[in-house]
Amino acid sequence: MRNIRAVAANTFREAVRDRVLYNLVFFALLMMGAAILVGQISIGIERYVIISLGLTAISVVGIFIAVFLGVALVSKEMDKRTLYALLAKPVQRWEFLLGKFLGLVMTLTVNTAAMAAGLYLALWSVKRPLLPSDIYLLVAVYLILLKLAIIVALALLFSCFTTPFLAILFTAGLYVAGLFSADLRTVRAVNLDPSTLGLLRGISYLLPNFQNFDVMALVIHGQGIASSFVWEATLYAMLYSAIIFVGAAMVFSRRNLK
Amino acid sequence: MPPGAIEIENLSKEYPFGFLNLRKKKSLESLTMRVENGEVFGFLGPNGAGKSTTIKLLMRLIFPSSGSARILGESIDNVSMHGSVGYLPEQPYFYDYLTAHELLDYFARFHGLSATDRRSRVEAMLKKVGLESANKIQLRKYSKGMLQRVGLAQAILHRPRVVVLDEPMSGLDPLGRREVRDIILELKREGCTVLFSTHVLSDAETLCDRVGVLVGGRLRGVGAPAELVNIKAQGMEVLFELPGEAPNHPFFTNATRTGDRYRVQVAEEELYPALEQLKSGGARLLSVAQIRPTLEEFFMHLVEADRAQASAVDVGEK
Repeated sequence: MRNIRAVAANTFREAVRDRVLYNLVFFALLMMGAAILVGQISIGIERYVIISLGLTAISVVGIFIAVFLGVALVSKEMDKRTLYALLAKPVQRWEFLLGKFLGLVMTLTVNTAAMAAGLYLALWSVKRPLLPSDIYLLVAVYLILLKLAIIVALALLFSCFTTPFLAILFTAGLYVAGLFSADLRTVRAVNLDPSTLGLLRGISYLLPNFQNFDVMALVIHGQGIASSFVWEATLYAMLYSAIIFVGAAMVFSRRNLK
Repeated sequence: MPPGAIEIENLSKEYPFGFLNLRKKKSLESLTMRVENGEVFGFLGPNGAGKSTTIKLLMRLIFPSSGSARILGESIDNVSMHGSVGYLPEQPYFYDYLTAHELLDYFARFHGLSATDRRSRVEAMLKKVGLESANKIQLRKYSKGMLQRVGLAQAILHRPRVVVLDEPMSGLDPLGRREVRDIILELKREGCTVLFSTHVLSDAETLCDRVGVLVGGRLRGVGAPAELVNIKAQGMEVLFELPGEAPNHPFFTNATRTGDRYRVQVAEEELYPALEQLKSGGARLLSVAQIRPTLEEFFMHLVEADRAQASAVDVGEK
């Protein structure tokens, strides 16, 4: 645990020192601009616009960080050979990998939490007072974070066995596929034979299902989110990330460094 | 036999290459050797000889195609054993957003040192490698030589029993090289085993109890530097002084003259007749020394033999 903690803390420190959190400035500017603009052009739908814009921005910025930094977690260390001295110490390779994963999730948590605070501030500035249902914004942000954890795990897996460029492509591709994986389960095309439908259904269960984490429509309309839904999404994200992580650890444990 | 510090048995490493990685290139071929406890062992060889491959295999950065290795009697796959080993990679590059102090503190955490121990050890190490004044500067501003010093500090920070250094003198100025030499000798005095690879043969001659010469992935010789170079004696060198004109004798005419001083090489069995010639010619004998090939000559001889063999195989294949 000591080793994992040390690697995770260093990964977080790297993100901070490499000015990854500067994206928050962009987010703050976006929210401020949106708040000013929304006040002038939209009457009655200010909450709708601010929440959808804010949650989308949190998600998009998070996905960019998760994909690019997730891929760089291992590939950058291998390219620059910074992990040579580290892996020669009494550190298991999976410990290094888990530390990197948790470090980036920690970075994303801080980043997402700061953006969520900015979103609340923007919401408060255009539509005072905040509604009790606005608490569900936090749930939506939490679910985005779970989604990001799966993306980091995928990026980590691909960066363990392929080039950074391909790893980014694969991760982004799987993310897009994951947005529609639930739809694959409900395909009812008449011209498809049962075996093809079965194959599609099987693939849909292998792909990550990112629709599990999308509650934007509910939050915008001030509807509640069932706690069972949050628990199931949490369990799904943890299990899916764990399985992907085990795969990454297995690949990386026998990987020859350059 | 008690376990040696490092024991390597039939260690081989092949790398796939070519289209679909179907072809294999041997980087290391059945290496068997042993480094004794407390000795300084030098790994010599030209680029691509397999020195770094061997070291990376020992540090489990790459995995062998066959064979095994043990350090301090434990398999290299035993991760906890690596707590007793220090390693300096070739051309080390560290997290450049950290200062030297932060980097060493980070690495010290993997050895389970307390915060107090970490602080005192890190400060002592920075002082030892001459970086105490630069310890608050981010590593991205360090020169190659300074990074090498940081690398050395992280390798010995936890007081390991075995230290493996890949080209430790690389990138250092003469003063830096001298300091690294002193550190290696200090480690030896403390009972530490040191294995290091180098191109600088004089360093190996000065520091090593034994050296191993790797050429083309194969171990071509192991022994004390003096043993290796004494395999083939090359005669005697005589230095003498003779004012004025030298007698017209082949002994004198074959000599290299610098002012009144002459230097001549003779076969060992011709030494006494040569000395008689000197005496009769009125020369003053300054010194007589056995001509020992340097480690460099021995090394180059092996490299050239390997190249000749490789080109012979090449021609044969054509």
